[in-house]
Order: sequence, then structure tokens, then C-alpha cells
Amino acid sequence: MSVSESIPSIELRSLDELWFQVAGTVCNLTCHHCFISCSPHNRSFEFLTYEQVNEALEQSIEFGVREYYFTGGEPFLNGDLVRMVERALQFGPVTVLTNGTVLKPEWLNQLTAAQESAVYSLELRVSIDGPTADINDPVRGEGTFYRAMKGVSLLCKHGFLPIITMTQTWNDAENHLILAQFREVLKSHGCERPRLKVLPRLKLGAEENRTEGYQPTERITESMMRDFDRNQLLCHHSRIVTNRGVYVCPILLESSDAKLGDTLEEATCDFPLGHGACHTCYQYGAICTNSTLMATDQAASEIPQ
Amino acid sequence: MKLAVFGGLYSNYLALAAAITDARKRGADQLYCLGDMGAFGPHPDRVFPLLHEHHVQCVQGNYDDSIGNELNDCQCGYTDPRDNYFAQLSYDYTLANTNSENKVWLQGLPVELRAEIHGRRILFCHGSPRRTNEFLWESTTSTAFLNRLADEHQADLMIGTHSGIHWQRSLAQGRLYVNVGVLGRPENDGTTNVWYTMISLTENQSPQIEFIPVEYDYQRLADEMRAEKLPDEFVETVLTGWWTTCLEILPAKERLRGQF
Repeated sequence: MSVSESIPSIELRSLDELWFQVAGTVCNLTCHHCFISCSPHNRSFEFLTYEQVNEALEQSIEFGVREYYFTGGEPFLNGDLVRMVERALQFGPVTVLTNGTVLKPEWLNQLTAAQESAVYSLELRVSIDGPTADINDPVRGEGTFYRAMKGVSLLCKHGFLPIITMTQTWNDAENHLILAQFREVLKSHGCERPRLKVLPRLKLGAEENRTEGYQPTERITESMMRDFDRNQLLCHHSRIVTNRGVYVCPILLESSDAKLGDTLEEATCDFPLGHGACHTCYQYGAICTNSTLMATDQAASEIPQ
Repeated sequence: MKLAVFGGLYSNYLALAAAITDARKRGADQLYCLGDMGAFGPHPDRVFPLLHEHHVQCVQGNYDDSIGNELNDCQCGYTDPRDNYFAQLSYDYTLANTNSENKVWLQGLPVELRAEIHGRRILFCHGSPRRTNEFLWESTTSTAFLNRLADEHQADLMIGTHSGIHWQRSLAQGRLYVNVGVLGRPENDGTTNVWYTMISLTENQSPQIEFIPVEYDYQRLADEMRAEKLPDEFVETVLTGWWTTCLEILPAKERLRGQF
């Protein structure tokens, strides 16, 4: 059997989540583990316009989309982001993935008002890769821990309950300690109800240079898909709109086969799960969605804090 | 035609008895329960005689599937370790205290019920029509998504529970989604009452939905939970009306309304 024959494909069960690559690959930071190598100068994907987002939102109704995600790059670098979120909240719940370093009070005032008048939730997810500058800054850049925590404080002051997402760069055994420490740090920054989500490293983009890429053995096989809950894979129920068309998922933007079409309709086709990142998604389960905290090994005799 | 619909019972047999009495007083023609008979509360076997005696038509929840088939966990769909820790305590207690006759009954429950009343196709389910343990929160469920479910499952009125907080949404073509809330624990609003839903159907009118608060002897429930050595965190919820566990699954809007 050839290698290509052994790659399982997955169908789009239904379009539950629609993502928007609103800031393209443009970010004010240059994180060393970024799976699509975003930076101030990476123009591989450009900003989406308000009109492009609005058009996709209107098309999304016929697909019965349940919720919307805005990502980048840094979404708040897109000057129309607040307007886009206000508009999207008329269609469904919205999540914005931000690095928290460029937030302005006037934007947050507008977003607070938008959420209060909407039926739907607005979630702000802030990427901070550990509870201290010593852990975070080597990965995300000098001074970014301090700046992101200021952003978190600002969000809390505006009445949001941000979800802090951290890419795990420590051993599993340290998880418990790191999470407990992070909760304390967040509380001391005015975040009374810390919500945390741990993400696995994705070994592509900049991360491939920082540590290592995927081994050829880190692939999903046909046999692994037997009796597997396909809902665990984001591509089973999501697509992402970019300025270059509709792609399979936010992780694989730079892969040659990840573009599925120019329209949502064209992008409903099957996708071959041939990437190392697919293996990570398989292992950890729908890593891009909002559920807080992945299951970690906790001793059953103690109450996890 | 009046349908009284109960959501998750979580072993709260005192609230179930109060809700049945209330529904009968209000003239309910048929009683339904949408599953999750056990969890959280004490003495899981005490809800079953009430369900049988009053001919309550029941749907299987994720908890019922787990207890009925003696699985390892409740399949509640939590992702947070603290939430899972408390869910497991509750599950282990419920599994150990449900007799085998009731387990067999739970195992045989249908995952959905359908009825057609005055030309309206009604679908009773636990979580969502497509998955028993899918959470449908008001603030994270778009109308477009509910319309799609109504199309795919060919229903004019979709009725579910699972999330623990009641709400409703009007859909295209006069259709409707209703989350009936739960009888098992309060709604994270600082009041001790629990909720069920009365649905009135008439020939030519839209269905009338009434969410009904149920007062019951919550002090007694708390005392029995303590006597059974169930976690203090659960007892606190019964006494205060604020959720203390299973919080991480809440979307921002619902979480902000609570105290923790």
C-alpha cells in the first residue's frame, strides 16, 4: 500500500464553527513557537475587510453555523475588528483570540456594549504562555508577559472573563503547579475567576525551528480512525475564511493542500488527514475550541484547584 | 393539551414530587422527563417509583446511559479537572447506590421521544437532537444552528435539558426550541428553587411555554446529602442557589450571572 492510500480522509459533518483569519499572518509579536510564523512583516495572508466578513456571515446562515472565531495574527491590528465583532454578535456567539498587548479601553467599551445588547456570548481568549515572565518571555518576546497581563487586567475591568490560553512548554508533571501558580497571578491582577486552557505545542511554522518538526510516524492512520470520535477533529465541523479563500483549519494555513475553495460551498469537501498537526489534534482533541483546560492527569484523591 | 416537561433530576426526588403535584394541579395531561435521573443528590433509587407511579414518559440522558450500562464515568462532557473530580465523586456514589432493576430500566430508555400534537412534530431529547451530551446554552447557540437542527431532525418543537438553565428561542417557520431547565439543582441565580416547563398546545395557536419555579424542602435535601457524605460543595449549591462546581463549561454570559 502506498503512503497516500493509507491517509484517512475526513468529511465535513456540518459547519458548526466558522473562523475568520481577520489579521492574516500579521502580528505585532514574533513568537518563536507560532505555527504559522506570524510577525509584523509576514504578509503571507492579509487582513480581511469588513465586507468580506459580513458576506461570509450572511452566507453562514444557510449552513447553520453555531459560532464564530476571530484570529490572526493579532485580530486587534485590524482596524475594523470591533465593527466585525459587533456585526457577528448579531449572528451568533463570538470568540476573539488575542495576545492582549494592543487592547485599548475605547475598543473594550464598545465590545462591552455589544455583548450586553446581544443574546450571545463574546469570549476573549488571551495567549500567555506561563505564569511568569521567565516562562513566557523567551517564547513570546521580551516584556510580553507584563504587557499581556496589563491587557488581562483591562479586560477584567471592563467586565470580561478572559480565557487564558497557554501553549505547554513544560513537562506534564509540572502542569498542576503551573496552573495553580497562574490562578494566583491572575487573581492578583484583578481576574477573580481565572479560566485557563492549556494547548499542546504544534510542531510547525516557527516552532519547527525552535524545537523540532513532526516525525514521519506522527500521522493519523486508517486504523486509528476506527471507533474514533471524529468530533474531536476540528475539520469535522469547522472551516476558516481568509483573504486567499476558505481553508480547512487555522493551523494548516501554510500547507499546500489546506485551501479547499474560494467559497464556503466549495470548501465543504473531504480533507486528507495527512499532516503532523492532524496527529496533535487527534491526540488532544479539538484544541482550538473554547472548552477551558484540557484534561490533565490529576490524582483522584485531591481536589484540583 | 398540556405537557409538563422535567429536565435533569439529579436524584432530587423531593423536587420531583413537588413538581409532579404542581403539574397535576395545573392540569397537565402528560408528564415527561428528559433524563439524567441520577447525579449530585442522595438516594438515587427514590426517583424511580415516582416516575413509574405517575407514568412519566422518559428519555435517556448521558447519566442514565452510563449508570444503566455501568460505564466508568458520567459522559457529562466536562473538560476541567476540578469539574471532572466532583462529577466522578457524584457518579461513583450514584452507581453504587442504584439497584440493578433500575439500572436495567435506565439502559432501556429511548434517546429521544416523538409526538405529533395538533399537527406539530415534537421532539424530546436530552442534550441536543443530534447528541445526548451536547450542551445547548442560550448564549452559545445561534438561531441558524437551531434552524438547521429543526430541519435535519424534522421537528417543529425541539425540547431538551442537560445544560441546567432554562431558555427558549423562536425559530423560522413558527418552530421553537425549548430548554426546560432541571429539577436537580438551582439555576445558579442565588435562589433555591428549581424549574420545570409547561407546554400548552392548542389547535390554531403557537405553543405557550411557561417556565415554572418549584419550591421544595431543600433543607431536607441538604441534610440527606450531608448524611450520605456527599461533597459540601454540592450542599452549598442546594442551600444558596449558586453553582460551586461544573463552572468551567459555562459560557461567558451564563458564568457572569453566577457568583463563582
